[in-house]
Amino acid sequence: MMCRADQQPDPHRAGDETSDAVFAALLEDSAEELYESAPCGYLSTLMDGTIAKINGTLLGWLGLEREAVVGRMRFTDLLTVGGKLYHETHFAPLLRMQGEISGIALEIKQTGGGRIPVLVSSVVKHGSTGEPLLIRATVFDARDRRSYEEELLRRRKAAEEARKQAEADRARLQNALAVLQQSLLPDILPSIPGMEAAAHYHAASPDRLGGDFYDVFPLDGNRFAFFLGDVCGKGPQAAALTSLTRYTLRAAALHDPDPVCALSTLNSVLHERYTGSGDPRYCTAVFGTLEPDPATGQVTVHLAAGGHPPALVLRADGTADYLPTPGGLFVGILPDAHFATATTTLDAGDTLLLYTDGLTEARTGEDRTALFGEDSLLAFAAHQAGRSPQAVIHALTGLLNGFGDGLDDDTALLALGVPVRPATSPATRNPE
Amino acid sequence: MDIVRRNNVTVTGNPHGPSVVLAHGFGCDQNMWRLTVPALAEDYRVVMFDYVGSGRSDASAFSEDRYSSLDGYARDAVEVCDALDLRDAVFVGHSVSAMIGALAADAAPERIGALVMVAPSPRYVDDDGYRGGFGADDIDELLASLESNYLGWSAAMAPAIMGNAERPELGEELKNSFCATDPDMARVFARTTFLSDSREDLKRVRVPTLVLECTQDVIAPQGVGAFVHEAIPGSVLITLEASGHCPHLSAPAATNQALVEFLAGLR
Repeated sequence: MMCRADQQPDPHRAGDETSDAVFAALLEDSAEELYESAPCGYLSTLMDGTIAKINGTLLGWLGLEREAVVGRMRFTDLLTVGGKLYHETHFAPLLRMQGEISGIALEIKQTGGGRIPVLVSSVVKHGSTGEPLLIRATVFDARDRRSYEEELLRRRKAAEEARKQAEADRARLQNALAVLQQSLLPDILPSIPGMEAAAHYHAASPDRLGGDFYDVFPLDGNRFAFFLGDVCGKGPQAAALTSLTRYTLRAAALHDPDPVCALSTLNSVLHERYTGSGDPRYCTAVFGTLEPDPATGQVTVHLAAGGHPPALVLRADGTADYLPTPGGLFVGILPDAHFATATTTLDAGDTLLLYTDGLTEARTGEDRTALFGEDSLLAFAAHQAGRSPQAVIHALTGLLNGFGDGLDDDTALLALGVPVRPATSPATRNPE
Repeated sequence: MDIVRRNNVTVTGNPHGPSVVLAHGFGCDQNMWRLTVPALAEDYRVVMFDYVGSGRSDASAFSEDRYSSLDGYARDAVEVCDALDLRDAVFVGHSVSAMIGALAADAAPERIGALVMVAPSPRYVDDDGYRGGFGADDIDELLASLESNYLGWSAAMAPAIMGNAERPELGEELKNSFCATDPDMARVFARTTFLSDSREDLKRVRVPTLVLECTQDVIAPQGVGAFVHEAIPGSVLITLEASGHCPHLSAPAATNQALVEFLAGLR
């Protein structure tokens, strides 16, 4: 309903006798009565704070007699000690500077020892020549409001505490994740006499826990083993599988480094672990051995693969070819699995490149619908043929970065090559 | 670091006159000296500043560690003197700033040649044989009052409050802003102020000192001014017929007269 301020009550309307009576009673309500019984406290003080006038409402709240207050007490005498301090350091200076101040939260003391939270607004009355004469104040009961504010404040503090705790937890978890992630991949590749090695790892998930893995490690004599693979899934579950896979392959290789044997052991372990769990898990993997011939500098590679994209061999003469391992099964799916084997020989300047399908299945093109694919990879690799493993990995890292958001899977790269000139063994100590 | 900007230093008055530094106490900022400056401007170079965490200082320079002791605030005072290369300045400190001035004069005697202590108190909390006027519980109550009165402070408004010299119109809109500070910083200043004990520091004051006390001061009760006066050899005590803790606001004429006469006596 809209009311206009200038609307007059219509005395001729029926049933208006009651409202007339109310209106008359209101008119009889004197200014003095309004002042004394107003629903807020009124207070006037001299400039030094001495109370000159106070209304009945405020006296009632305080539990004081007028005679004990007027001319005898100062405004600050009504306040708690904390309120006095606040009055002197904030309220009074602001009032002096601005001539008015509004909505300041203070507490007044009651004679019984109780306290009432109030909101005080004050204004300075000036004389005709501008000199300050007295201070008028209104005092509002703020009990409900204060308890609500305290509740808000309490929740704000609780939220602040929770935020700090969450940040600490997050830092702790990230630290734990970093330690776990380091256990999935070698810190540094071992130096292989007569060979060079380089690797790159791209973790797709923000927690940096990946589902791809690789490793290179020494076997008996001068032989080395390597593997690279991809477990199904991403994130923590994939990382747990990766960990199991990595350490199973390392242990299996020490027992029998034959590539098919190593993958078969892994197959048995994964199958036993995950069959019947309701969450069948498997991986693809390439496992191989490196057998350098100290006389010729050539390195013989024996490898086996289960469900993994074929390795690439980059030759010193500038050509590149896939080393096909067709028909190998995913590792861990069936109790008895068949794995495909292949053999090649690396001469000086040749590099064996292993990768996961994050590379070949990176989405390219403007609308990110085409896949990079094995043909493009072969062409790219041919351009890199004859270069060192480090240079090949560096070029591929640049390629991956160029995919941008088209690269949405974990990607592992491992390059093992025979240098054109014999590599200096890192084991050789510098005479200095 | 730009101290002039950090502490919102303002210099006014007679550029060729001796320097007088006006330092605000806990609560508001250098605007507290608004009624004092006109009495000094003709003869003195008047320097005012805001402590870090107050007024329009650079809040980003605040560190709870530094400002948890009065020494941290005294470093602000000395650094302001250093930045302006003041020599033999008169340091006028209100309330807790009186003690900060004593510390600063001790740390940089070449910078500060005299002290004026307006409504000083070397210790607010009662102690054996010493009446500061407050119990430790009272200080907690003040901290609670601070929490319920942000005086227009909010995170959103803080940048406007904390320094917008190039946009002075903002100051018009911000009622109460000159007493508005980040409540966390105000709490640190309150604790540092009201839980400090500078009684021993008074004994090291070696410069001419004027102590101004009020007859009716809720924060520094009668007797405290005399304590300060007796602790500082050669100091002058003047009791102003003024109520409240801010005689430079409530009794500016009497305060200015005492100040000007003391300054004249130094020349």
